[in-house]
Amino acid sequence: MKNKLYSGEHRLWLKRRRIRLTVVWTLRIGLLALLLFFWELSTRLGWADPFLVSSPSRILGTVGSLYRDGTLFYHIGTTLWETAVGFVLAIGLGYLIALLLWWSDLLHRVLEPYIVVLNALPKIALGPLIIIWCGTGSKAIVFMTVVVGIILVIMHMLSAFLETDENKLLLLRSMGASKLQILTKLVIPSSRVSFISMLKVAVGMSWIGSIMGEYIVSRAGLGYLIVYGGQVFKLDLVMTATCILCLLAAAMYFLVVLLEKILVKNTHN
Amino acid sequence: MKEKILEFENVKLIYHTVRGETVAAERLTFSVEEGEFVAIIGPSGCGKSTLLSLAAGLLTPSEGTVTRRGSVGYMLQRDELFPWRTIEKNILLPLEIKRRSTPQAREEALALAEKYGLGEFLRSYPAELSGGMRQRAALIRTLATGPDILLLDEPFSALDYQTRLSVTKDVSQIIRREGKTALLITHDISEAISLSDRVIVLTKRPATVAHTHALDFGETDPLKRRENRQFSGWFELLWKELNQ
Repeated sequence: MKNKLYSGEHRLWLKRRRIRLTVVWTLRIGLLALLLFFWELSTRLGWADPFLVSSPSRILGTVGSLYRDGTLFYHIGTTLWETAVGFVLAIGLGYLIALLLWWSDLLHRVLEPYIVVLNALPKIALGPLIIIWCGTGSKAIVFMTVVVGIILVIMHMLSAFLETDENKLLLLRSMGASKLQILTKLVIPSSRVSFISMLKVAVGMSWIGSIMGEYIVSRAGLGYLIVYGGQVFKLDLVMTATCILCLLAAAMYFLVVLLEKILVKNTHN
Repeated sequence: MKEKILEFENVKLIYHTVRGETVAAERLTFSVEEGEFVAIIGPSGCGKSTLLSLAAGLLTPSEGTVTRRGSVGYMLQRDELFPWRTIEKNILLPLEIKRRSTPQAREEALALAEKYGLGEFLRSYPAELSGGMRQRAALIRTLATGPDILLLDEPFSALDYQTRLSVTKDVSQIIRREGKTALLITHDISEAISLSDRVIVLTKRPATVAHTHALDFGETDPLKRRENRQFSGWFELLWKELNQ
């Protein structure tokens, strides 16, 4: 109905665009199907040892048996919970610390070298300490997730806060704005786009944190299944847990993208 | 005699950097009277923006005094409207900052916006407006709190030439009609001549007053001033003085 208003050329352009999108999506899904097909085929025909590389059908079988055990959602839930709590804590605390550092230039200058060193430190080195401090439960894994994510959040948000337009700052100061007003009326709203891009990176970081945590200490979770599967040479279990991780990570990323759409629609940046 | 809204007396300002100190202004004395439109021009790098920061009270002089009677409204090169706020919310921003956002004050500010043709754009976002309209919104925002003196920091320099002429006329008319005192700082000689009642010429750093001229066009429309015979005479004189 709407198309009647457009010129022939525009309708053609729209059609081409639609075709192009269809092609891209067909190829994307086709590539996945092809990979799965050859994976299955190569193990069936004996080109590859399914004991070493597993196979799609064996993965499905493992998912089924985990489901029947009643442990499938237990492991997924454990990892998801640890990741989500760590993600939220890392962002909340990191954002607060970034605000503090923006607020006090002295604090920022004093702490800068510490932040740089902590950023460069491989967090896995803290593993033994975390076990001793937090025990071997979920607390240790959440702690690991926070440690991995928080420095990134601090650095990303602080640089966004510090990049606030000088002229807009001048304008607010000329109106006699207090520091708190400058923060709430200008610095926070103008850093919204950076906040979203930080969230996208932080999603990945919190998965790294939680899985790394589960590698070091854990009795449940997808990271635990991977480590356990590796130790007892059950590669079906390793592959299954890895595939589920892929799906979960993708889902969490898309949630952030969805959030971005909602936020950006209301920001007009 | 009319009241002096802004007065600089023997102002000296030193800038400090790690590499040393720079005297940005020295023995700088001038004043702006109520209802006057004063333009300050100077060679590039004479610290024009510094001067406005002094006038706005954002900087304290190293020596001498800056006296302001009343409040200031600052207008910058770009409109600096906040993109995430509607035009209405942008115009009301200074009232929010000064915690004077009473229903009456809001109504007055919005009436001003209505009067100068922004009524239909109040719910729009800055990105949806033309450069000229945005600058007009920035002026209304500056006027929203009823400042006693307007400080204009090359407010037209970011606009293209066509828009610039019409916005200059626009802004000049609004300022004159509202009876506002204004201090314009610019490097653009013709802008200074077409807008102001008095032009102050500054020297190179350290900035001090080199010359002061009262302009007697008997006409406040900047476009008509540009067509006036006196215009080129003033232009030549000021150009020479700037390059001394």
